[in-house]
Amino acid sequence: MNLNTKYLGIPLPHPLVVGSSSLTNDLDTVRQLEDEGAAALVLRSLHEEEVTGEQMDGFFNSENSGESSAEAASYFPEPELALGPDEYLEHLRRVKQAVAVPVIASLCGRSTCGWISYARLLEQAGADAVELDLYHSASDALTSAAEVEAQMIEVVREVKQGINIPVSAKLSPLFTAFANFAHQLDAVGVDGLVLFTRFHKLDIDVVELEVLRSLQLSDSSELQLRLRAAAVLSGRVSASIAIAGGVHTALDVIKATMAGANVTQLISAILKNGPRYLRTLHNELREWMAAYEWSSLEEMRGNMSFQRIPNPSAYERATYRMFH
Amino acid sequence: MSEIRETTAKVSNNKITIDANEAAASVAFRVSEVIAIFPITPSSPMAELCEEWANRGKTNLWGVIPEVAAMQSEGGAAGALHGALQAGALSTTFTASQGLLLMIPNMYKIAGELSPFVMHVTARTLATHALSIFGDHSDVMACRQTGFVLLCSNSVQEAHDFAAIAHAASLESRIPFLHFFDGFRTSHEVAKIDQLSDDDLRSLISESAIDAHRQRALTPDKPVIRGTAQNPDVFFQAREAANLFYDACAGIVVRLMRTFAERTGRQYGLFDYEGDPEAERVIVIMGSGAETVHETVDELVGRGEKVGVLKVRLYRPFSQSAFVAMLPQSTRSIAVLDRTKEPGAPGDPLYLDVMTALGETRGGTGRHFNVEPQVIAGRYGLSSKEFTPAMVKSVFDELNKENPRRHFTVGIIDDVTHLSLAWDPSFRTKADDVSTSLFYGLGADGTVGANKNSIKIIGQETEQFVQGYFVYDSKKSGAITVSHLRSSPRPIRSAYLIDRAGFVACHQFDFIDKIDVLEYAAKGAVFLLNAPGDSGLVWDRLPQEMQQQIIDKEIRFFAIDAYALAKQVGMGGRINTIMQTCFFGISGILPRDEAISHIKKSIEKTYGKRGPEVVRRNCEVVDLALAQLHEIKVPAAVSATRMRPPIVSALAPDFVQKVTAVMLAGKGDLLPVSAFTVDGTWPVGTAKWEKRNLALEIPVWDPKICIQCNQCALVCPHSAIRAKVYDEPSLASSPSTFKSTAYRAPEYKGKLFTIQVAPEDCTGCNLCVNVCPAKDRTNPKHKAINMEPQAPLRDNERANYDFFLNLPELDRAEVVRLDHKGSQFLEPLFEYSGACAGCGETPYLKLLTQLFGDRLLIANATGCSSIYGGNLPTTPYTTNREGRGPAWSNSLFEDNAEFGFGFRLALDAHQNAVRTLVLHLASDIGDDLVTDLLNANQDNEAGIFAQRERVRALREKLTALNSAEARKLDQLADYLVKKSVWLVGGDGWAYDIGYGGLDHVLANRRNVNILVLDTEVYSNTGGQQSKATPLGASAKFAAGGKSVGKKDLGLLASMYGHVYVARVAFGAKMVQTAQAFQEAESYDGPSLIIAYSHCIAHGYDMAQGAAQQKLAVESGVWPLYRFDPRRLVKGEAPLNLDYGPPKPKVAEYMRNESRFRVIERADPARFKHFLDEAQAAAERRYSGYQQLATIKLPSREPGEEEPASSNGDGLETK
Repeated sequence: MNLNTKYLGIPLPHPLVVGSSSLTNDLDTVRQLEDEGAAALVLRSLHEEEVTGEQMDGFFNSENSGESSAEAASYFPEPELALGPDEYLEHLRRVKQAVAVPVIASLCGRSTCGWISYARLLEQAGADAVELDLYHSASDALTSAAEVEAQMIEVVREVKQGINIPVSAKLSPLFTAFANFAHQLDAVGVDGLVLFTRFHKLDIDVVELEVLRSLQLSDSSELQLRLRAAAVLSGRVSASIAIAGGVHTALDVIKATMAGANVTQLISAILKNGPRYLRTLHNELREWMAAYEWSSLEEMRGNMSFQRIPNPSAYERATYRMFH
Repeated sequence: MSEIRETTAKVSNNKITIDANEAAASVAFRVSEVIAIFPITPSSPMAELCEEWANRGKTNLWGVIPEVAAMQSEGGAAGALHGALQAGALSTTFTASQGLLLMIPNMYKIAGELSPFVMHVTARTLATHALSIFGDHSDVMACRQTGFVLLCSNSVQEAHDFAAIAHAASLESRIPFLHFFDGFRTSHEVAKIDQLSDDDLRSLISESAIDAHRQRALTPDKPVIRGTAQNPDVFFQAREAANLFYDACAGIVVRLMRTFAERTGRQYGLFDYEGDPEAERVIVIMGSGAETVHETVDELVGRGEKVGVLKVRLYRPFSQSAFVAMLPQSTRSIAVLDRTKEPGAPGDPLYLDVMTALGETRGGTGRHFNVEPQVIAGRYGLSSKEFTPAMVKSVFDELNKENPRRHFTVGIIDDVTHLSLAWDPSFRTKADDVSTSLFYGLGADGTVGANKNSIKIIGQETEQFVQGYFVYDSKKSGAITVSHLRSSPRPIRSAYLIDRAGFVACHQFDFIDKIDVLEYAAKGAVFLLNAPGDSGLVWDRLPQEMQQQIIDKEIRFFAIDAYALAKQVGMGGRINTIMQTCFFGISGILPRDEAISHIKKSIEKTYGKRGPEVVRRNCEVVDLALAQLHEIKVPAAVSATRMRPPIVSALAPDFVQKVTAVMLAGKGDLLPVSAFTVDGTWPVGTAKWEKRNLALEIPVWDPKICIQCNQCALVCPHSAIRAKVYDEPSLASSPSTFKSTAYRAPEYKGKLFTIQVAPEDCTGCNLCVNVCPAKDRTNPKHKAINMEPQAPLRDNERANYDFFLNLPELDRAEVVRLDHKGSQFLEPLFEYSGACAGCGETPYLKLLTQLFGDRLLIANATGCSSIYGGNLPTTPYTTNREGRGPAWSNSLFEDNAEFGFGFRLALDAHQNAVRTLVLHLASDIGDDLVTDLLNANQDNEAGIFAQRERVRALREKLTALNSAEARKLDQLADYLVKKSVWLVGGDGWAYDIGYGGLDHVLANRRNVNILVLDTEVYSNTGGQQSKATPLGASAKFAAGGKSVGKKDLGLLASMYGHVYVARVAFGAKMVQTAQAFQEAESYDGPSLIIAYSHCIAHGYDMAQGAAQQKLAVESGVWPLYRFDPRRLVKGEAPLNLDYGPPKPKVAEYMRNESRFRVIERADPARFKHFLDEAQAAAERRYSGYQQLATIKLPSREPGEEEPASSNGDGLETK
């Protein structure tokens, strides 16, 4: 039985990839994930804003208290390491040393030069590919959708030109003309599209009048949005497709593949069930394929895409049809 | 080569620009194997550098990383070194002042055992009537008898060179060396010097002497015994046995000085003479002052005067023959200048030595002098008092007199004993080719740091000699710094401040109203001002005096809005690189482009380790600065109508007007001796007259939203936000903007309530706004207090605050509850200290004074709390309307527990005496009053009030009695009112240097209360680790993260069984803090409160201090508990836990603070190990405490028969 796939031009033995999360923060867990059969690992994001923010905070906190008293020119030992992306890069190097599977770094930039310079550093540190986390908060009333999209396209174009390893773009589901945007990314050479970013759970404390933020694990119900998006793009873009969010069972993986995904990125399923669950999924995937006599995933990939099904409108306005 | 700090750039000819601390440490580190350290100003940087170098793997001359051990005290360091020397290691240490005195016992031993060893001392004033961190020779002079060699360096270059000579000479002579240079004036002066290479050091250090030292090491392979006890039969002879070594010492030093000169070209002697070879008048002096005399001598000789200076280098052993030989034969009169004071002696030490030398050599072979010189003695420069060429000139002038004063002082105005010489301040040495620049900055704006960079750039990139010296005021928040920069084509010997500057920069606009920044501007000087807003309006905003100075002195005037530029680039309040760029841009010391390139290089070097974004933004402001710099056209005439405001209000008392205000204006040097008390006593409550106006934004109260919880008032570190309840009629004459609302809670029903901010005393730290729990429900970002710009509010709020202060205080006898809320209605008797903005210590002290201030005695260990508590010019402890308030004193760092214990002993003695007298006079006083007086219940405020009334009644009765006993009783009567003794200090004191004494005081049963303000580091000296430093925290002396956990001082103390112990954190549980203070005070025995105090040395925004305290408690990092021995009597477990099971938040807690986070950056695995350990420790600790909190112990009522099975008095109660 052949589960082979190719993602970002990298051949993988199967589509079970560990998505960008804290799962890969710890080297022991990283090794365990490889041992349990992860096809590739995506590291948590390097956030430019966090890096620069922490640098500036460190600068202000230490410098503002220094040289103001005759007794103490400073209050801290000289730092040994620059506060910069070094910590992330070092972790990336260590993960690369620890495992043989492809390691994809993730980057969330802020400034155009940040995106490019950090992507270069990730490449130099040994990343096999870079996943660009294209997120925009959409809270600025003065910036139009077109401007935001143009900036994102520009970032991807420049990063693609600046580095030699594959580049994927992780998108949020909040685009008005999603297919068009995906095609524009495809046109500037993006190697993969990751569908989609999940958001932190937000809540409001109605007594304390505070916004609460927490991380909530996904479940399979989140898959549908992604299946549709993959089905729209499958066969129409040259970029490979990853589905991230809502993949919890072997059947979810089958569905993702049928919609056209090259890989599925798993996070919540592993957080919930542990790294060992990768092996379980892998086994169940094989069992299901054997039962239904599929010999390879490639055969089924995209068979349920817009291009190949007789009635793509089945994906359209599903709720309207059912209930009205 | 194991070179010095990488940040120090070098030029090809091996010139480096560093301060003397680094210069000495770089040698000491390279020639040592064991370095035992303890921080004390101004020597701490030497210890810090050595620890840092070792931590980074730098090696000594022999390729080995020295063992650097941080000890618990200087006494501990000396003990460790004594041991290391006995075991054959090459060893060193660094210290000063009282720290040096703590080493003296071991110094006798080290010298007595002829152990080669060098300590490097930044000579510092010994605390007498007051502490001083500044320089003089009183500490070094206290070591004359120890048997150590005393070798003095006068300059940064000499500190480097003599460090090498000292180590070499000690090894060869076997006599330990105390190598010293002037604290601050030399230790902190940045200068360009020639660096000694490793090979230079190797050429001096004798390997055979090292071998011999090793051979003498104590070892079981070849045992001998040392440290025996000797009796009258042999001790004396044995003590004399070492004489030959002392006889040989000077010769060894001379030989090594020659070797040194052959290699480096720098020739030194035991004594060096400079001046006219035919001089008739000579000054004998050692230390940095010798350089000033040298400079003045050059000037005077140029003017044709026959004068000279003899610099003393090897002070002990004092070579009389070498001394006399160096004096010109023509010498007719000598002034010996001592930088120390030996009260009651026939003269200060150097003078006596000179007299002896002259006397003893007088009858020798051949007559040295044409006429026997007349010798006079002067004292100068105590506590780094300025010592200028004008003063030197006055000494030479005195020598010219027919009958010069035999003993005099110079540099002060002594209008009491009239010892001082007058001097002509207009006398200056010619210095046309010396560039002089003065910079007025704020501690937080980075001015000093940038100027250190600037002087290094000039030193490295030009042929000029350079000097940088930096003066700070005594506040920790909003400190004014003045940088003095000189550059010159000739060596700079000016060891005094610049009083005529060609360039003056004022980096803070507000300063122009506080100090006369152009006072020292020379004619034609350049003035650079950081002025907000349109440069076209700057001129009109200057006060009249300043406009006049600019016109009169023909000053070229430049301005830039540096804050606007910093804000534009995201640099917060950091304007230093902007101003630095402007300095180079205007001064023309270097070509502009070259200067900018050097500034950027130095930014890269200085901030590279803070991250590329920091470097990028700093470089960006450099690129933008010059374009925004404007030359202001100076009009021909003054246009301003406003004058600079007075330093203090006209309402201030006489003393504040005449003394404090002068000091605040920076003119304390002008105060004569008669202005001061004879014993260091100082009035309290003077901080309120210094309106510092530091805050750009201040809190503004919204009574509609306020829930009247008083948390803002409790957390305020500066007592600058206060709460009051009062009756409505008091409001009659209130200013129109004064806010007031009905008090809600039942206890003061019907009264009005106000939260009032002291607008000119607030530091803008934001702690109050962050703890405020009350939000506007329709607009939650608006709280009951909100920060708003200070300037527009200043006048109204000043009037409101004055009105508020004059509202009647709540009657203490009627205080309903003394919890965290109720306590805030009591007047704080600790206010507006110079502590850091957002300080985590001062809220506890303020609370202490609110609760017990009118009957409080505080013994304060040296440290932050003694500095913001008692560093002049102003004093934050104050009095209430009856004139009562905390009585405060500081003894030392190490002995505070004993010091406060002494307070208690005296109070108990007074109480015994007064009670005895009351009984003696019972018939006159009346039995009822006697009974009431002696049996008064003073457990609460009402009881205290009633007792005060009784004392009043007693005094009235005593007026009718005319006996000695009655007079004595009248004198002591106030001791019938309960006093509250508090021993206050930081963790450095309680956990480390003062622990022995603290433990002893705990082991007694006297009623003292100990408050440990635990910042988990030595905050005052710059964040060195203590035993309170938690696991995994990076601190100086533990740069890689402390590898052992915090000592559980509370648990140790509680094991006595009779000690009340509490751990508190006001940000986590205010109610528990207030409760612990009251329980401790009410407990009739020793009490210990360990108070979590957030600190700038933790590395995060202090506005979040309270939130971080909460996290510390929730995560179990900081337990809250109260251990009360009184509960034992009731059969209860004495330990009461005030916190819940730890939540897994240790990671969040640690990552919030730079001190932990830097470890994660540097070594994630090590951090993870620390994190896991800390989390486990928090859980273990909770579990352990929890079990202790449920233990059952046999109880017995006081007075019951002791059970037969009692195991002593371990856990009994009074």
